[in-house]
Amino acid sequence: MADPILTLSGVKADIDQYHILHGVDLTVPKGELTVLLGRNGAGKSTTLRTIMGLTTLTGGTLTYQGQDISRWPTPKIARAGIAFVPESMGIFGLLTVRENLVLAAVNGPMDEARLQWIFDLFPPLKKFWDKSAGTLSGGQKQMLAIARAVIEPRDLLLVDEPTKGLAPAIINDLADAFEQLKAQQVSILLVEQNFNFSRRLGQTVAVMNDGAVVHAGTMAELAENDELQQDLLGLGLGAHQ
Amino acid sequence: MLRRILSEDYPRSKPLTALLLIIVVSLVLGPFLFDGIRAFTTLGMICVFIMVVAAYDLMLGYTHIVSFAHTMFFGIGAYGVAMAIESMGNSFGAILVGLVGALAISFVLSLLLGLLSLRVKAIFFALVTLAVAFAFLSLVTQLYHVTGGEDGMRVRVPRELGPAFRPFEAPLPGIDIPTLLKGLLTQPWNLGQVWQESQFDLRFNGRNVMYYVLVAMATGVFLFLLRLVNSPFGRVLQAIRENEFRAEALGYRTVVYRTAVVILAALVATLAGAGFALINRYVNPENTLNFELMVFILLMCVIGGMGTVYGAVVGSTLFILAQNYLQDLLKWVGQYTAGIPVVENLLGADHWLLWFGVLFVLSVYFFPAGVVGQLRIWSMRRRSRQSPPPSGPAAEPEPEPQT
Amino acid sequence: MTEETTAMPMSDTGAERQRRRPIEWLKDVRDNKAHLFLLGIMLLASVAVIDFRTWLVLTISGVAMGAMLFLMASGMTLTFGLMSVLNLAHGAFISLGAFAGGTVLAFWLDGFAGSPSFLLNLVAIVPALLFAAVVAGVVGLVFEKLVIMPVYGDHLKQILVTVGGSIILMQLIEVVWGPNEIPVTRPDSLSGAFFVPEFLPLIGGIVLEKYRLVAVVLGLAIYAAMLWVIDRTRIGILIRAGVESREMVEVQGYRIHLLFLGVFVAGSALAGLGGVMWGMYKELLTPHMGDEMMISVIVVIILGGLGSIRGCFYGALLVGLINLYIGFVEPRLAAVATVGLMVGVLMWRPQGLIPVIKV
Repeated sequence: MADPILTLSGVKADIDQYHILHGVDLTVPKGELTVLLGRNGAGKSTTLRTIMGLTTLTGGTLTYQGQDISRWPTPKIARAGIAFVPESMGIFGLLTVRENLVLAAVNGPMDEARLQWIFDLFPPLKKFWDKSAGTLSGGQKQMLAIARAVIEPRDLLLVDEPTKGLAPAIINDLADAFEQLKAQQVSILLVEQNFNFSRRLGQTVAVMNDGAVVHAGTMAELAENDELQQDLLGLGLGAHQ
Repeated sequence: MLRRILSEDYPRSKPLTALLLIIVVSLVLGPFLFDGIRAFTTLGMICVFIMVVAAYDLMLGYTHIVSFAHTMFFGIGAYGVAMAIESMGNSFGAILVGLVGALAISFVLSLLLGLLSLRVKAIFFALVTLAVAFAFLSLVTQLYHVTGGEDGMRVRVPRELGPAFRPFEAPLPGIDIPTLLKGLLTQPWNLGQVWQESQFDLRFNGRNVMYYVLVAMATGVFLFLLRLVNSPFGRVLQAIRENEFRAEALGYRTVVYRTAVVILAALVATLAGAGFALINRYVNPENTLNFELMVFILLMCVIGGMGTVYGAVVGSTLFILAQNYLQDLLKWVGQYTAGIPVVENLLGADHWLLWFGVLFVLSVYFFPAGVVGQLRIWSMRRRSRQSPPPSGPAAEPEPEPQT
Repeated sequence: MTEETTAMPMSDTGAERQRRRPIEWLKDVRDNKAHLFLLGIMLLASVAVIDFRTWLVLTISGVAMGAMLFLMASGMTLTFGLMSVLNLAHGAFISLGAFAGGTVLAFWLDGFAGSPSFLLNLVAIVPALLFAAVVAGVVGLVFEKLVIMPVYGDHLKQILVTVGGSIILMQLIEVVWGPNEIPVTRPDSLSGAFFVPEFLPLIGGIVLEKYRLVAVVLGLAIYAAMLWVIDRTRIGILIRAGVESREMVEVQGYRIHLLFLGVFVAGSALAGLGGVMWGMYKELLTPHMGDEMMISVIVVIILGGLGSIRGCFYGALLVGLINLYIGFVEPRLAAVATVGLMVGVLMWRPQGLIPVIKV
C-alpha cells in the first residue's frame, strides 16, 4: 500500500444531538482510488463532510499530507487541494456552466489545456457552455460537478455517490473519467453503492457500518473472496450485485 | 385555589416571586402608595402595557411570530373608543359601541394578516406587518377630519371616570412609599417625622375608578393568557415553535393555530388600546401607533422574558419605570459629568434610550431568556445543586470528557 | 425545437391567430416578465388619466425617487439574499449617510456648495457623496462584527438585535448631531429647473427639476455598475453563487463570511449614498429620515423578491412611480397605495416579481 495522503483516526462527529460517527479509522493511500461502502445511514456521507470541515469534528484527528487539519475551516481545506462533490452535486443552478467553472478555478483564470481535457471527457459541457447549469440533465450536472472538482489540479477528490440515478452510458463516461484521474495520480475517496462500478475502479476498499469502519483492505481481496462479500452482504452490497 | 388561578404555572423562583409580589401590591394599592400625577400615570401605563405585552408575547414568545402591527391594533382600540365618544357623547354606551366596533375591525384585519401569513414565509410576516402598520399610521395621520391628524383627539370620558366624580366624601389616607424609603435611608433616627412626612391625603376620584377598572382588566387578561398557554392549545403552540414540521406531521393544522394566535393577540391589544384611551384621555398617532412604540413593546417583551406570561408583567414594569425615571437618574449622573465633552453628551438625560438599546442588545446575547427566564434558570441551578437529581432517564448526563 | 414551437400556431386558422397571439404574448409577459408587465400597466393606466405633460414630469420624478430608493434598498436585499440576514437597522445607515454627507455640504465645504460655479460645486458634492458612503460603510463594518455576526442563522434574534442596533445608531446620531433638524441647501448648480422650450411638440413648456434628473442619471449609473459587477465579475459570480448555496461556495475554497462582510459594508455604503441624495432632495435632515424610508425600502425588496438585485431595481421604480402618480391624484393615499401594491403583488406572486430560487 502506498503512503497515506489522508488518515482519519478515531473521528467522531455529531449532527444536532445525534452521534453519527463513533470513531472512524480510515487511511486513503496516495494516488489510489479508495471506495467507501456501506448501507444508507452508515455515516459515509458524514465522513466526507467531516473531512471537508462541513460537519464539526467532536473527537479524533484528521491528518492530510502530514498536517493536522481537524480544526481547519472548509475554505482552507479546499485550498489545500481537497475537492468535494456532494451527493446533491451542489452545482450553482442559476450560474452558467462557464461561471461554475470560473468559480471552481480558485487561483485565477482557467488553464486552457486542462479545460480542453475536460471538454474531451465531457463534451456536453462545451455544448452548454453558456447555458445556466440548472437546465442541464442529471448526468450533465454530475459531469459539471466533477469537472468543477478537477478544473484545477487537486491532490484528493472526495466524491459522494456519483452514479446515483444515472443511465448506464453516463456511468461509463464517469468511469472513464475516474480512470484518467487515477492515471494522473490523483487520490480519490469514492462513496458508492454500485458495487460493479466500485469493483471496476477501486484499488482499496473500506466498509462502514453504524458510524465506524468495519472492514478495510484491497479491492482485489474483496472481489475474489465470496465469503467476505457474503459477510458484508448484509451491509448493503447485495442489492447491486 | 391559587393553583387553579395560576393554572399551575408558578413563578418557580423565589426572587421572581418576591419581585412579582412587589409589583402586584404596588399596582393594586397604587394610588394609596404613590403620591402625585406622574406616579399615577406611570401606574396606569404599566397596567395597559401588561396587557399589550402579554398578548404580544403570545405571538413572539410562544409561537415565534414577529409582528410589527401590534400597535396598529392597540391604536384601533384607542381610536375606536375616542371616535365613538366624539360622535355619540360621553356615555358608557358610546364606549361599548366603540370597543365592539374596534374589536370587529381588529378581528377582520388580523384575520386577513393571518391569511396573508399563510401564503408567505415567516420572515415575510414581520416585513408585511411593518408595512401594513405604517400604511395604517399614515392613513390615521392624513384623515385629520375624523382622527384629528397629528394633533390627535381628546377623549371626554363619562363623568364617573373623570376627575369631577367623587365616590367618597372624605379624603382617604395614603403613604407615599418613595418619601418613606428616602426618609428611612437618609434620617433613620427621625422615624416619627419621616412617617408624618410620608402621609398624604388621597382624594379618590373617577380617574382612580378608571385605574381600578384597568387593574381588573389587566388581571383578567393576565390570568386568561396564563390559562391559555398552559392549556392543550398552548402546548400545541409550543410544539409548533419547537418544530413546525413535526407538529404538522402530528396532524395539527399549524396555519390555523398561528392565525388564531395572531387574532387573539390583536383582540387583546385592541382592548388594551380602549383602556389606554380612557385612562390617558388623549390619543394621537404618537402615543398609540408610532413605530417607536412598537419597538418599545418588543423591548418589554424580550427584557421581561419571551415565552413566559410573567415576563410581560416584569418587562413592562421595568421598561415604563426606566422610561419615566431613568432620565432622572441620568440627570443626576449628569451633574457629575458636566463639562466632560463626549461623556456629558452620551449621558445626557435625552439619551436614556441609547443605554436601553445597548442593554437590550446585550441581553439578547447573554440573557436571551429575559429577566423571568434567567431568574428561573438560576433557581433551577441552585435547586439541582442542593439536591442532586435522582439518577435515571430524567437526569442530564454529564458530557463525556473530550480527548 | 424553435421551428416546431413557432410552427405550431400556423395550423390554426389565420383569423384565430390574429385574435389569440397578442393575448398569448401578453399572458407570456405577465407570467414570465411580471415586473415589466406591472410597470407597463402602471405607465399606461396613469397616462390615460393624467394630462400628458404633467404625466411626463411625474414619471421623471418617480424614476428619480425610484433611483434613490434603489440605492437605499439594494444593500438590504443583498445581505438577505446572501446570508439571510434581515437587517432592520438598515434605515439608520440611510440617516447616517445623510448626516455625514450633509455635514460636508452644510458645514465643511459650504463655501464650495454655495458657489454658482458647477466645478466648485463638484468640489463639495463629490466629497459629500464619498464621505457619506465611507462613514456608512465603516460603521457597517463595525456593526456587522459587533451586532450581526453573533446571531447568524437565527432570524428571531437577528430581528431583535438589529432593532436594538437601530435604536443605538439613531441615538448616536442624535448624540453627535443633536436632536434638531438640520437644513441642507442643495448646491447651486443642482437647484433650479430646466424649462423645455414652448415650441417643442408634446413636451414643450414643462419644467423639470435639475436635481431629479441628476438623481435619475446617478441612480441608473449605479444600477448599471452593479449589474456589471454582478453579471460580469468574479465577485459578482461569487455573490450569486453564495445566494444559492453558502456551503458550496466554501467548498470551492472561498471564505463566505469575508464575502458577506464585503457585501454588508458595500450595502451600508450604498444606503449612505442613497441617504445623502435623499437628504439633498428633501433639503432637511432628521435622525428618523432613514426609518421613514424603511417602509418604502421594505416594500421595494418584498416586491422585487428578497435577494434579487434586478427585482430590487424594478421594485424601486414601481414604488417611486406609484408614489408620484397616486400622490398627484390624492396625496393622502400615497403610502396606502404603496403598501396596497405590495399586498396585491404578494397575493399574486408570494415570492416577489423576480424571485431568487434557492437550490
